[in-house]
Amino acid sequence: MGRRPRRKQATEEGAPLLLGHGRLPRALASVALVVFAGLWLLPFVWAIATSFQSEQDVATPGLNPIKGALTLEPYRTVLDRGNIPIWAFNSILIAALVTLITIVISTLAAYGLSRGTFKGRKLLLGVTVASIMVPPQLLIVPLFQEMLAFNLVDTYWAVILPQVVAPMMVFILKRFFDGIPRELEEAARIDGASDLRVFWSIVLPLSRPIVAAVSVFVFIGAWNNFLWPFIVTNDPNLMTLPVGLATVEDAYGVVYAQSMASALIAAAPLIVVFLFFQRRIVKSVATTGLGGT
Amino acid sequence: MSTTSSRPDATDSPVESKAGQHPAPPTARPRTKQTGWLFVVPFAVAFALFMIWPIVQGLWMSFTDESLTLSSTEFVGFDNFAEAFGDPDVWSSLGNTLFFTVITVVPLVLVALGMALLVHTGLAGQWVWRLSFFAPFLLPVSVVTIIWQWLYQPDLGMANQALEKLGLEPVGWLSDEQVAMWSIAALTVWWTVGFNFLLYLAALQSLPDQLYEAAALDGAGAWRRLFSITLPQLKRTTGLVAMLQILASLKVFDQIYILTKGGPNNSTRPILEYIYDVGFTGYRLGYASAISYLFFALIIVISIAQLRIFPRQEG
Repeated sequence: MGRRPRRKQATEEGAPLLLGHGRLPRALASVALVVFAGLWLLPFVWAIATSFQSEQDVATPGLNPIKGALTLEPYRTVLDRGNIPIWAFNSILIAALVTLITIVISTLAAYGLSRGTFKGRKLLLGVTVASIMVPPQLLIVPLFQEMLAFNLVDTYWAVILPQVVAPMMVFILKRFFDGIPRELEEAARIDGASDLRVFWSIVLPLSRPIVAAVSVFVFIGAWNNFLWPFIVTNDPNLMTLPVGLATVEDAYGVVYAQSMASALIAAAPLIVVFLFFQRRIVKSVATTGLGGT
Repeated sequence: MSTTSSRPDATDSPVESKAGQHPAPPTARPRTKQTGWLFVVPFAVAFALFMIWPIVQGLWMSFTDESLTLSSTEFVGFDNFAEAFGDPDVWSSLGNTLFFTVITVVPLVLVALGMALLVHTGLAGQWVWRLSFFAPFLLPVSVVTIIWQWLYQPDLGMANQALEKLGLEPVGWLSDEQVAMWSIAALTVWWTVGFNFLLYLAALQSLPDQLYEAAALDGAGAWRRLFSITLPQLKRTTGLVAMLQILASLKVFDQIYILTKGGPNNSTRPILEYIYDVGFTGYRLGYASAISYLFFALIIVISIAQLRIFPRQEG
């Protein structure tokens, strides 16, 4: 990342709108900010310190999180067990497939709903919007039965398929497509481009920011989903990180250094992604219209 | 009026198209009319299979004695619903859910607002603050619970060791019936406040500078600007954040299930865990569905109430 983005942020968003240039309010705000950030980072600091020590040192009382010599032992032990790499692979594969399939079917549907005039368009749109209200947990019992009937329990597909239905994302994308001027598409149509071609070469390139935003939310959602993967997977080799950590890893008993090591290994990927894309993610909250006033 | 089954060929002339209600030139109509439907098919199929069908099936099940163990299923009318109304576990788990919602929504809105205001004051190191507040939101639930289980650990955990340093009695963070739900609420605020923080930050960044410049010319001080400009301008965002947060808190399950399994003595068991217990541990799918639908009805009532309350406040 380096220094460039940091400087940019200071100028773009650092307008002293709230406090003006008064010395005292700024000093108070700085103190409050540091205290808040410290509180929020404290659990991480404590967990990281714990993860680099031997189990014996961790078991010594004391408020100083570092109690003895630092060691990589907990990480080695956890990785040697081999579960976490498998779960990480499953999580990445499942989250990636959920995101890919969701984006493909949602952008197509949103475009169809935005431009199409087919019969039932209004009905489908209405039902899609209404279904945003339905808590997904409400559906677990019948969905589980459906997976039993399809013989999909304990497969990747059972985890993936129900997650690709994202009415909220279809609605967000449709609203964005509605705002794209139709004239752009007409020109291409007159040149003989097919609908799919227009969608692919004109609409999608214009929609990159919103598609990126939706992808980020779908990916985070799928990566962190717990209840559904927990219900449809029993085979430890098919579990995602959240499920594996909560069910299998738990069975290894009270080994705090190792627990913290596994937690941090599982936490690392998304935090690294956020470090690289944080400006994009903050913007995406604004572009999806969620943050707009 | 439109035929979705027939597909006109590419030579379809623009003249044949009907003038739609949309302002688009008629040249585009004929083809969109047909393929628009095809665009929607993959989503519509998935939507029907994994959303509509389970909704309908769940509703049907709630009127039966469907079970994972019974081979035959009978229609039982409103028996499940009658049983749910008389079931003390439904009421107590519903009470736990509502209590959790109350004690999380208020801090999750206020803390997020405070964080966003502080970060937006424009102090150096923006990315550090943003990362500090948003990072927990990126963690999977099991990672959050592993870390906090360690903080709440009775003897070695940071929480009790800090109390000891201050000369106070240790607390059974997850084992004391009076305390456990508050401990889970604290964890939840730490974990999820980052998303609300981002919503507020995005809203703050979109406020027009002119308002503040005008206020500065009028000599309005920092507090005056906060209360007369910033907070009123954020009303819509606050309404949105509160609404999303209430709906999210009502659906609490994951962290409670992993940390306490609803204990001690069912004092933290939320309604969704009771539904899970009835359906997957007790195998009574029909009864679990009935409770699900009662809960859904409650969510709809709360949502409608919110829609009526918030627009009025916006003025």
